Order: sequence, then C-alpha cells, then structure tokens
Amino acid sequence: MSKLTLKVNGKISTVDVDPGTPLLYILRNELGLQGPRFGCGLGQCGACKVLINGAAVASCITPVSTVTSEVTTLEGLASNGKLHPLQQAWIDEQVPQCGYCQNGQIITAKAMLDKNPQPTDAQIREAMNGTLCRCMSYYRIHMAIKRAVRQVPA
Amino acid sequence: MSNSNGIPAQIEESLRTHRRGFLKSAGLLAVSFAAESRAQPQTQAPGPYPNPDFRQLDSWIVIHQNNTATFYVGKTDPGQGTGTGFRQLMSDELDIAFDKTTCIMGSTDITVDQVGSGGSTAMERDSWPMRRVAAEARRTLLAMASQRLAVPVEQLTVSDAVISAKADPSKQITYGELIGGRKFNVTLTGNNINAVTGQAKTKLRPEFKYTGQPLQRDDIPAKVDGSLKWAVDVKLPRMVHARNIKPPYACAKLTAVDESSVNTLPGFIKVVRKGNYLAVVCEREEQAIRAARQLKATWQKPATAPFPSSEDLFNYMRTAPPASRARPAGAGDAELRNPVAAPTVVGNPDAAFAHAASTIEAEYEIPFQGHTALGGAHAIADPSDGQMTVYSNDMKSYGMRRCVAAFLNMPQDRVRVVWMQGPQGFGRTAAEDAGCEAAWIAKELGRPVRIQWMRDEETAWDTKSPAFLVKMRGALDPQGRLTAYDYNARSCDYNHLGYNEPDTVLIAQLMGARRENPAPGSASMPSDMYAIPNRRMAGVVVGLPAIWETPLRTGNLRDPNGPQATFAAESFIDEAAAAAKTDALAFRLKLIEAATDDDNGFRRARSLAVLKAAAAKFGWVARPSPNPTRSNGDILTGRGIAYSFRGLTIAAQIAEVEVNRRTGHVWAKRIVCAHDSGLVVNPESLHHAVECGTLHGLSRALFEEVRFNTEKVTSVDWVTHPTLRHADTPEQIDIVLVNGDPNPDRPDLPPYGAGEASLKPMLAAIGNAIFDATGVRIRRVPFRAERVLAALKAAGV
Repeated sequence: MSKLTLKVNGKISTVDVDPGTPLLYILRNELGLQGPRFGCGLGQCGACKVLINGAAVASCITPVSTVTSEVTTLEGLASNGKLHPLQQAWIDEQVPQCGYCQNGQIITAKAMLDKNPQPTDAQIREAMNGTLCRCMSYYRIHMAIKRAVRQVPA
Repeated sequence: MSNSNGIPAQIEESLRTHRRGFLKSAGLLAVSFAAESRAQPQTQAPGPYPNPDFRQLDSWIVIHQNNTATFYVGKTDPGQGTGTGFRQLMSDELDIAFDKTTCIMGSTDITVDQVGSGGSTAMERDSWPMRRVAAEARRTLLAMASQRLAVPVEQLTVSDAVISAKADPSKQITYGELIGGRKFNVTLTGNNINAVTGQAKTKLRPEFKYTGQPLQRDDIPAKVDGSLKWAVDVKLPRMVHARNIKPPYACAKLTAVDESSVNTLPGFIKVVRKGNYLAVVCEREEQAIRAARQLKATWQKPATAPFPSSEDLFNYMRTAPPASRARPAGAGDAELRNPVAAPTVVGNPDAAFAHAASTIEAEYEIPFQGHTALGGAHAIADPSDGQMTVYSNDMKSYGMRRCVAAFLNMPQDRVRVVWMQGPQGFGRTAAEDAGCEAAWIAKELGRPVRIQWMRDEETAWDTKSPAFLVKMRGALDPQGRLTAYDYNARSCDYNHLGYNEPDTVLIAQLMGARRENPAPGSASMPSDMYAIPNRRMAGVVVGLPAIWETPLRTGNLRDPNGPQATFAAESFIDEAAAAAKTDALAFRLKLIEAATDDDNGFRRARSLAVLKAAAAKFGWVARPSPNPTRSNGDILTGRGIAYSFRGLTIAAQIAEVEVNRRTGHVWAKRIVCAHDSGLVVNPESLHHAVECGTLHGLSRALFEEVRFNTEKVTSVDWVTHPTLRHADTPEQIDIVLVNGDPNPDRPDLPPYGAGEASLKPMLAAIGNAIFDATGVRIRRVPFRAERVLAALKAAGV
C-alpha cells in the first residue's frame, strides 16, 4: 500500500492503496464516483472511461500510480449546476436504454468534440467505435452528438 | 438523490420507514405466513418481509398530503420506458398530473408481485391491473369527496387531483386533503394479480391525457448526469468483495485448492468452496480480483467431451437423438418427453409435393448466441439480523427472492430483493446466478458481500439462446405459388433453464444439484399469417452430451426461439419468391391474402398493413431478387424484407445493405421497421425500444456467435465475441409505428408487447438483402466478413 494524491473533478484526494490498482476501483470505491463502471477490465468496451489530459482513457486498465494529471469523470462534466451540452443533448434525444455504457459514450464524445468540434459522420463513427452499447443506442448517440455540435458554436 | 450507501434515497425511505410501517399498519403482516409454514419452524416469528397484498389498494397507490402520488408496481424497467408508461396510464386513470407522480418498481417487500419483466408483458398484460386499481382509487376518492362536499358523485368533476362541484367550482377538495398520508383500506377482488379489480371502469382512448404522449423517460436524466445509483453501486457497512473462480473446463471436477497461494495477499478473508463452486473473498474489490486470478486450484477434466466444437455443432445436431419435442398447444412437460416428433399438419403436404412443378429445399443454421451484457452479472447480499436482502438488477426480482429463500433454506418472509438498475437484461441472465452466489457467501461469512462476474465469466458462462438447425422444403405450382411447405426444426435446448430455479442456478449445479427431469426445452414454429394450403411443421429438441455444469446452458433470451425460427422461415419464403421469379414483398402479400379469415387480434389484416407500411416508407420497387443491376466495383447493394409477429405484435423490416465483395464486409446502410403493437402508450419510448431491438437483431445477424472447442467456450471477451459497434450502425433508420387495426379509431384498442418483435425478422431481412445484392444465399448466421467472403468466392462473385 502507498499513499497517492489524485486530483479528480477539481478536488484533491489522498488514497492509501496498492499502486497497481486500476484507477476505476479507486474512483468508484474510494472517491464515490460511480459514473465510470466496470464492463470488461480489458479496455475493450469503454464503460469505465474518464478524461485525462483531454483523452478518453479506460480507467479499468490504468494503474492509479500512473495518473499524474487531473481526472474528470461523468460527475465532473456539469458546471455551475448546468449539465454539459452533451449531457443535455443525451436527454433531449432520449439516448439511453439501460444506460450502463452511457458514461463511456458521453466521455468518448466529449474527448472527440474537444479535439474536433465539427466532426463528420465518418469521424463520429471512428472516434466512438471503441465504446460499446449492448442495448444498441448507437443511432441515438449519433443524433445526440450532432445535436450538441449544432448547439455549441465552433 | 442517494445517500452514502448507494441506495437511492427514494427506495431507502420507502424501505426503512414510511412504506413498511404503512403496510404493517394496514394489517398485511400475516398474508404470506400460512403459505410458508412448511418451511418455517412453528416457533419462529413472522419475518419482516411479507408479500404486499395485491388485493389491497394501499399496496399499489399512496397519496401524499402534498397532493402527489406514488405508484408501487411489481415490474422492472431496465430502460425500455415501461416505468414511465405505467405512470402515464395510472396518472390518466387516477386523474392526477403526470409530474405529480412517481413510480417504484420491483422491490419485493414494498411492491406487489407482478413477476418483474419478461415476455413483453408490461403493457399488454401487467398495465391492466395497475389501471383498474388507479381507476378504483379515483372512484373511492370521488365517493369521499361527495360526502365531504355534500355533492352527489355525478355532479363532481376531477382535474389534476382536485375534485370540484361542476355547478360550483369553489366547492373543491384535493386528493391530498382527502386521504394524504392515510390508507384507502379498500379491498379489491380477483383470483390472481392479473385479474385484480375494483368496481370502477377504466378509461377509453378519447379520455386519455398522458397516454399516447411522447413524454420523456423519467430514468434518463440520472443515467446521464452520473447521479443514478445502480445495483453495482450499493455499498454497505462491513461489505466485502467476492470473485468466482470458474472451472477452466466444462464439467471439470475441483480436486484440490491451495489456499496458501492467496492467504497472505493483502485483504484476504476467505476461500469459499462447496463441490465445484469456488470463490474468494477479500476486503477490497481489486484484492478479490487479484486473489481469484492467483488462487491455485486443481481441476480434473471430464472423461468424455462435454460438447462438440462449435465448428461441429450442426453436424452433431443433425444426427443427435431427440431428447424432447416441440410443445404443441396445451401439452404438458411429460408429453414433450416423448421424443417421437408429431408434426403439425395442415392439408396434404405429401400429395402437394408429389404434384409440384418444382420443389426447393434449404437448411438453416443459427448458432448459440448470448446475452453478453455490457456489465458482468452482480449482486450485493446483506445477511444482517438473520434476514437476507439482495440488491440486484435481475428483471425477475420476485423469482430471485423465492429462489434465494429456497436455496438458503430460509423462510421467504425473511428474504427480500431490492431491484435496481443494471446492464441490459433480456431474459434469463446470469444476474440470477450472481444473486444466489452473493446470498450464499454472505450467509457463510455473516457479512454483506458484493460479487461481480468478470468479462470472461459473463461472455462464456451466461445463459445462451439455443442453437437451431432448420430443414425446409417447399413446393411451387406452375404459377409459382407456394402450395406446400415443410418446416423441420432441431434446437439444442435440452435442460433449458427456467427463471430463478434453486436447483438449476449455476452455483447449485456446481454444488451438485441435479434435476431428475431436465426441462424439455423448445423448438418453436415460425410466426406468420401465410395461407399455405399444405404445411407440415415439426420441431425436436436435442441435448449436448453434458447438460449440467456447462457454460453452454440455454435460457430465455429476448423472444427465446423467435429470431432462429424466423431466420429460417423468412429466408425460405424469400428463396421461394426468388425461385418463382416474383417480387419478395408481393409474394408475401399474396400468401397472406390467400385467406380471408382473421383472428381476434386481426393479425392477418395487421400483417398486411405493416408490410405495406414498411414498403411505402422504404420506397420499395417491385422486382424479383437478386438485384439485376450489379456494380462492377467492390460494393454490391441489395435490399431484403422479412416479417413476423410476436404474440399480437407485428413487425416488418426492410434492410438495404452494401456488401464488399473484396472483403466480405456487410453494412446495413438503411433499415426500415414498421411495427404494430396496438395502443401506443408513449410513441417516443416505443420508437426507441423498436429501434434498439432492430439493431440488436442486426448485431445477431452480423456478429454474434458463441464459439467453443470440445473443452470450453472460447468466446470470452469483445474480441472473441464481437458485437455491433458505432461504425456498423445504419446511416438511416426509419421506425414506422403502424395502427393496422381494422377499426383504427376504436376507443378500446389495447396495447400489445413491444420489447421483442423488432428483433425477430432482422436476421432474415439481412440475409435476404445479401442475396439480393450478390445472388448468394447464406443460410448460416452470423454474416461475419470471413463467412460472407468465403461464400462469395465459392460462388465466383
């Protein structure tokens, strides 16, 4: 066990854990941030994604000791009590069914739009392709991303 | 909305304070006691979790002093919008504003037992008692108001939970003032929960205010902002984490466990083992995962192979002796165990085949396909105070309660299951296995336990939809009419698992439980309205060599036999249309129109309406398949149609595909789904459910197959078990909600199920589109690129 300091959603916390522990379990079980969820533990499905340095990162395969930059989770996207435009678009388009994957979908979409605010259809498909949905809400996700793109000026 | 333990505040409040006290004071404690006296020592006091009495209005509806209402229903909604739909229907019947209501679902000690979800019954069957009870609450409140206001009931009117005199609107009283926080004490009648009723009549369509409106689903905001607390999120004081160690081979025997391989790891608590069930418990989640990987266990392989490899599956199924046969109407399980198939025969197929101008034959293969939920099966069990509470996303929470009680030999009124949201579940999932595992370990340890299956366990060991092998034969007359039809199905479904059975959940099997009479399984017939004068339809069920402790265990998955039977039947109709050089839509319409009688759900009329609606939306141009204009380039395009019904719900689907002849890759560029499920309670959530069901069908058509060698399942993750992804999503999806009722405006139009029908025809629609594009018929799903490419090469395309 060792003491590690993490900055998550603007807040600094110190945890006493095995440094090899995947970030996912620290977020969920130590810091009470349960937006990221366990899906595969292999970095294949995206349910556990968080934002680190602007990239959507699979927290299930990221050892906590390797995290040196601020982490943003689904809970950290809203600001001043207002949902992020992607989250609002997700509600407007009624995207989720079960919703278990939607943390990863929103986080992946945010990382994409932060780099490329006006993605083409093909770019959306490519950037989102590693984030799986077993309820098959993909078509709605594409609509929600396009809605968010329309609402946020480039 | 949640407190520190991860349980939503609303449920927590209901569980711990208001609701339980409320029910107790309603005198409901004794309800379930008599039924359980056998299992319960006479000296033991009644447990704290009796069944809520469905004949008490107070079990269903609570009106609060602030003039809001909470509905308590025995259903679960993992995200298809049924919960919001129940609120719409009940708000209408109660005459209260939708946004003044909430709905609590599926927690066994506070909601009546409506089974949970399954079989697309939410609207079709289970919304009716809810509606009748809400109507009865309204009637009761009107009678109370009549007394309080001294105005006859006929002279009262209700709007948004305010009752007023028609003649003098200043005379008014709210529901909250009449009964807020107090009990109705109204006893309902009805022999069972589906028949429960009061005296009031339910409303007709013209009287609805919320039903039929595209209201936003109430579960979505918390799923999007991260505030929802799921079953996976529950944290309890002293809770520990467990992980399973699954047998590395099917039917393996656990001969030794070397506890010293893990007992010095940080956080180690215990290895739990009984028979071939093995798990490890640690203080923290990551510690349990590590310990489960590190635990040294010795397993002995079975003497004979438990199953053929997936490559040999259909050869095996072709020759395996039948274990049981398909279920004719009204047949009991004993009858099904007679393996001599008795086909359903209409007309004289032999004579028709003898006089046929031409005959066609085809054999279709559908492999085992899995639920493979995005999150592994999980449960949290709390054994505090000698009771057992299980937090689970199992869609049948009531069954889980009975199963856990039986498995642990506890009286049911000491066991409750709190249903919470979880990853998608469409039938008999491993959530049921995890519930019993958590409860058993929790009882062993005397501490709350959280368990979750890892990815390889979930993909390999979750229950499977049965593999099907369907042989079909058809006779065409000189005019190209299909005069005879032979459907012969073999499904690999022996020992099909029921829901929450204490002797078939995986932990029970691994501990040695064996059922004397395994469930017969089923091999269903196709569901269509084709008037083919001579038909012979038969189905038999075969079993694998091993039916216990095997990852190839079958269970219900979203219309359990429907996609398989429909893939065969609707591919074959397409083959017949092509053989007759007739347009595939016209061929189908003609077969349906060949008879004029209809059933009480008007399935013939509605089948025609749905097929025509799909064709109109797609812009279907009549011509035979395959596509006469074929590109010289890599991309070949085609369209395919298929149709089916599930119960009284009809779906027709048309897919436009692009097939890359160089790679074999298939993309469904555009899909139209026309869907008639009767009364539309919420067009927005219905549209969404149909769209997602359609894409689930597309995923099963293109990608999903459980693969295995003769020792174990080798589909263990998202690489070895691919699924539909973003890039595979159609460019355009059109959902057409059809009302094909012969009297579409009738005020009593009922709702039918909508959770499954849109999955059913999709496999055939894609196969038919591939044929249209390429002229190559592929009779085996999934249409992964390598299979398609091989078929194209073999045909010289």
